[in-house]
Amino acid sequence: MDIRPILSTLRRHKTAAALIVLEIALTCAIVCNALFLVSQRVEKISMPSGIAENELVVVRVSGIGKQTNAMSRTREDLASLRAIPGVTAATIVSQLPFNGSSSSSSIQRQPEQDAPTTNASTYLMSEAGIDTLGVKLIAGRDFLPDEYRDYAATANAGSQSTAIPVIFTRATAAKMDPEGNALGKTYYMGNQPLHVIGVVEALSTPNGWGDNWTGSMLLPLRRTYDEGGFYMLRTSPERRAEVLKAAVAALERNDPNRLLRDNRLFEDQRRDFFKNDRAMVGLLTTVCVALLVVTALGIVGLASFWVQQRSRQIGIRRALGATRGQILRYFQTENFLLATLGIVLGMLAAYAINLALMNLYALPRMPLLYLPVGAVLLWVLGQIAVFGPARRAAAVPPAVATRGS
Amino acid sequence: MFAYYARLAVRSFRRNKVLTALMVLAIALGIGASMTTLTVFHVLSGDPIPDKSDRLFYVQLDSDGRSGYVPGEEPTEQLTRFDGEALLREARAERQALMTGGGGTIEPDGSTLQPFSIDARWTSADFFPMFNVPMQYGRPWTRADDEARARVVVISKVLNEKLYQGANSVGKDLRMDGQSFRIVGVMQDWRPEPHFYDLTVGTFGTREDLLLPVSTSFAMNLGNNGDMNCFGEPPKGENSHSLNAPCRWLQYWAEMDPGKADDYRRYLENYSSQQREAGRFERPPNVRLRSVMEWLDVNGAVPNDVRLQLWLALGFLGVCLVNTVGLLLAKFLRRSGEIGVRRALGASRGQIFLQCLVEAGAVGVVGGVLGIGLALLGLFAVRQQPVSYAKLAHLDGSMLLLAIGLTLLASIAAGFLPAWRAMQVTPAIQLKSQ
Repeated sequence: MDIRPILSTLRRHKTAAALIVLEIALTCAIVCNALFLVSQRVEKISMPSGIAENELVVVRVSGIGKQTNAMSRTREDLASLRAIPGVTAATIVSQLPFNGSSSSSSIQRQPEQDAPTTNASTYLMSEAGIDTLGVKLIAGRDFLPDEYRDYAATANAGSQSTAIPVIFTRATAAKMDPEGNALGKTYYMGNQPLHVIGVVEALSTPNGWGDNWTGSMLLPLRRTYDEGGFYMLRTSPERRAEVLKAAVAALERNDPNRLLRDNRLFEDQRRDFFKNDRAMVGLLTTVCVALLVVTALGIVGLASFWVQQRSRQIGIRRALGATRGQILRYFQTENFLLATLGIVLGMLAAYAINLALMNLYALPRMPLLYLPVGAVLLWVLGQIAVFGPARRAAAVPPAVATRGS
Repeated sequence: MFAYYARLAVRSFRRNKVLTALMVLAIALGIGASMTTLTVFHVLSGDPIPDKSDRLFYVQLDSDGRSGYVPGEEPTEQLTRFDGEALLREARAERQALMTGGGGTIEPDGSTLQPFSIDARWTSADFFPMFNVPMQYGRPWTRADDEARARVVVISKVLNEKLYQGANSVGKDLRMDGQSFRIVGVMQDWRPEPHFYDLTVGTFGTREDLLLPVSTSFAMNLGNNGDMNCFGEPPKGENSHSLNAPCRWLQYWAEMDPGKADDYRRYLENYSSQQREAGRFERPPNVRLRSVMEWLDVNGAVPNDVRLQLWLALGFLGVCLVNTVGLLLAKFLRRSGEIGVRRALGASRGQIFLQCLVEAGAVGVVGGVLGIGLALLGLFAVRQQPVSYAKLAHLDGSMLLLAIGLTLLASIAAGFLPAWRAMQVTPAIQLKSQ
């Protein structure tokens, strides 16, 4: 296909050609960035929590007024929860992944250190915490039964010289000892020594505070229901609803004068936590589709205009022996050239927009992979859009050349 | 003349129904998307207390330990109880309020209502005049109540309706968390958005149903809701809410003439120096004093997602406009023959230009009206979203004006270039080629 005649035609329609190029460039730039944002959000929404999400249910109650023996009531509660048919394990934890509030502590290698080494989200849990949550131990061991303490008593006593056993997530362990030998070492939370007895694969922080989603630690300290602890029950996925109902009833039986603050499947909690991100994904996708449709319609409109305007020339070419295929390919090539120019400009603009977003909203750099994806998308779109007008052009009979107008 | 152009435009629309519909739809979508996001942005970046937002200042002190000190770094957001109480006692501003978010469980007496939990605020007496809190019944508590650690509360209209069916409940006793409090006042509906005076409990859609003196909350050890940031351990036998605990969990606002802000800043620096000499502070004085809008700005009260959506919508409008320019150009130039005849019959270039602009303007106006309709639909969709600011998304008068302005601007911008090109059609060539 000879490109020269196409170029010389386009030179005579500079304004219209420039408008198509501009539209394709803008669309390409916006769609590349929007797709990148979508992928960021999808990655966030599907972030692993490290726990057995589809086997867990959450119940939380709180007392009314001062609770006199919350610790023993918590123990009774856990005993009745474990007795529910279908429950394989139950515990009380101080916080949960993908839930509003979070508590964290700084940890350091030496007790008197200028700046802490890292900050870890602190999960306090009672017996069977590891088994209930389903976090995966990759080194060391679980807490021993005689290592669990009541949180309130430990906190009141202040720092002790004896170390508290602690389990790190892989991310926290790597922060404390980049060589991977954190297991068995002693670190400090303020002046309180911590002895690392195990490392788990992952346990996400509750809300990514301080841009930390992976650095957590687990401590064998029992909270009470009155200190905001969450009762967690593990069961098989199909028995969750039934277990949840039984758990609420059991707690009600133990003490009817309490408020039920939460009762839900953990999966619902995840869905709820990421609802804004999901809404954003929906919005970005909708805008992308709308942009592509508008651009396609714009191409159809301008191409139709050109076909109509040039119908006499097309007739002459046909009369001089050009085949329908050649006419069809002429318009397809023309569109390809315009789209290519638009895509090149669009990529530059996409890169510039990404830089601006990085500065304004601390977004990461867009991987270069998005540029060819955007390019292919717009080439295909252009070809689809131009096909109808181009076919109409190919259908122009040679006889048009002989007519007056 | 104008009416004639309008008639010509209508005739032209009839001839190319699909193309016209396409242009109108593109403009409508662009305007609809932009107006939806602009409205959300406008609502969220609004001034929550326009009468005196320049007279209210948020106080920050740097009470952190020496470790990790970076000169000039932003001090932490909240104050320790010790500093908050000291500033409140010294009372160097016209008015000042110390506060924190709280919560409790209300036990309705003798009724069929079950106990329920509420969000609350512990604060000091000046809170009410400082933030222009409107009262329905009774009055706020006084500074004397603060000093006496009185067990008094002011409740919201919503809570008053729930507990007392909206009747005047001043003087009644309310039970919360097993304790009894006397109601001294009932607020009218008062819910500043954003929740500027304490962003740690949520920026939008936060409602507090009960206020009680912060001094009382200290005395009764009622704790707090919101952020708590400790930089050391509380003294033995005390907790993180104790007077000398190295924990920051309180907000402090001061009201003063904006001209006195520099004096107040110096006062805060002096206070920091004194605390440093006394050994409490380990860092050089590092204070901040920000007015309401500065404080909201620093904290990024408008969510980044909303800003992104705004840019996205404006970009979309841009593409829609370019699209319309292209289609209008095609449409006008397709009629080159007709324009040539009109020119030959004596129409001036200006008249051709005006005629084309009327046609483009008509497309823009119809598209704009549809677009405002789409924006209303879009805002309705935003209100159904599970976000905290959803309920605020309403089109107000100023945004409607902006929408009309944007529409006119868009349609003239879209019509200008095609009309310009159309008026340059040379009659001779067109007549020859016929």
